[in-house]
Amino acid sequence: MQEIFAFFNNNIEMTYIVVLMIFVGIELISHVPAVLHTPLMSGANAIHGVVIIGAILVMLHMNPENYPGLAIGFLAVVLGTLNVVGGFVVTDRMLEMFKTKK
Amino acid sequence: MHTHALLNIAYLIAAITFMTGMKMLGSPKTARKGNLIAAAGMSIAVLATIFLHDKHISALVYVLIFLAIAIGTFIGWYIAVKVEMTKMPELVSFFNGMGGATAALIGLLEYAHNTDSAYKISMIVAGLVIGSVSFAGSMIAWAKLSGKMRKPIRLPMYNILNMLILLATLALAVYIAAVRPESPLYLYLLFALALLYGVMFVIPIGGADMPVVISLLNSFTGLAAAFGGFLYNNMAMLTGGVLVGSAGTILTIAMTKAMNRSLANVIFGAFGDTGAQGPSGDAVKGSVKSVTPSDASILLNYANKVIFVPGYGMAVAQAQHAIHELEEMLTEKGIDVKYAIHPVAGRMPGHMNVLLAEANVDYDKLVDMDDINPQFKNTDVVLVVGANDVVNPAAKNNPSSPIYGMPVLNVDEAKNVIVLKRSMKPGYAGIDNELFYNPKTSMLFGDAKESITKIINEIKSM
Repeated sequence: MQEIFAFFNNNIEMTYIVVLMIFVGIELISHVPAVLHTPLMSGANAIHGVVIIGAILVMLHMNPENYPGLAIGFLAVVLGTLNVVGGFVVTDRMLEMFKTKK
Repeated sequence: MHTHALLNIAYLIAAITFMTGMKMLGSPKTARKGNLIAAAGMSIAVLATIFLHDKHISALVYVLIFLAIAIGTFIGWYIAVKVEMTKMPELVSFFNGMGGATAALIGLLEYAHNTDSAYKISMIVAGLVIGSVSFAGSMIAWAKLSGKMRKPIRLPMYNILNMLILLATLALAVYIAAVRPESPLYLYLLFALALLYGVMFVIPIGGADMPVVISLLNSFTGLAAAFGGFLYNNMAMLTGGVLVGSAGTILTIAMTKAMNRSLANVIFGAFGDTGAQGPSGDAVKGSVKSVTPSDASILLNYANKVIFVPGYGMAVAQAQHAIHELEEMLTEKGIDVKYAIHPVAGRMPGHMNVLLAEANVDYDKLVDMDDINPQFKNTDVVLVVGANDVVNPAAKNNPSSPIYGMPVLNVDEAKNVIVLKRSMKPGYAGIDNELFYNPKTSMLFGDAKESITKIINEIKSM
């Protein structure tokens, strides 16, 4: 119990950010036409690729002699980049088709 | 100190671009620009993370980071550009799985040197579990959608079995967070359990529900990224992750609503278990009328109003260009042609719109279900191209049908219905469709693209 209280005391700003971002997320998605659900899902998919920052931080903090660690971190950065680059490029390809013709 | 402030500013910019990008993705006019803005924000955040810190980093680590990013960019770009438009849903699932795997690997690496902090270990364990479930689940969803795994696999009592695996995973996670054992073996076991749960979670779910599952797993990966944000006190990860987690959840709920199902119903799969093989499956009897492409072309040629109903079959047959050609041909003859778009036609909401847009079909010709349904009464010919469950009248008039209550297109109200279908095989819901036995309905068997091409040639020669 004490640990939970300590968590809130130490992370009160982050907790507020979480709550506010939840509302922002709900607000952004409501009232979007069904046509755009797929590209929107794909765009959101690319944005959570932000987890790659964590993979880079792991690499930066890693002892350069820890070869197995470096190998796993390397893999994590590759997969994270796949998520980011693939996600954004696929979304762009989908949206390219929505250009207005007339 | 300077570098630290600059890093924070970079993360702030990234967070703003994520929100702006998501907002702009919500409107057809600004969507593409929104995606590019979010991508720019992401690049800034990644570059800032690599360069803006005051630690001394060995050259080897830098080389490895850049090499990894180069490899990931090349493969990601190559796959994203090469894959056909019809395969987009499974591709989204695949990339989502990669994000989940990244979160899981971070957890594995950060465990050993953080065992002194209950807070950090809690965040690591949460990110690891959610990331692993998302990774394993997304890979199964990907395999299912790309046809590598056709049938939903339901082990005996899979709901109870899954619940037990989930409870074991959660119990072990809580144990590790509370005791923080030095040995990483517990963590490896947790990793394995979470992967197993991800697999077990998705394999019983039918292909028709995959979009919902992908959307849900998408929000899971967002959550995993958010826990990473807590772990590193990193605002870009936190805001991006929570944003996707929340938006993904709302999107998932919107999709289940469009199918008139609850999320629990999708996950615990009452679908197909109740009555699918029972009375509703056998209730439909009658003869099926099969026609030739020339019969179909005569019907279309002398109609005043025609509605096309595309479904997943159109995507599989790559028939969108042929349909567009037929539409232009009929429009030239003064026939009113529209496309009826069911919210869950295809394998993802908006799947049909994307494909038809690719074939240059005019945006205004695509009509949503609620707007087109009153128009079927005055329609001479409805051409159903590879759609099945979304035009099944059982959803309206057979309370024992598993899809009863799902909103469907009122195709049966039109004067004539032509169904393009490869065989009498039921759709993804696995149930029979009484529309096919309706006296007004003509079945044109064969590959949708070939059938439409034949119809086009017939009309040309008329």
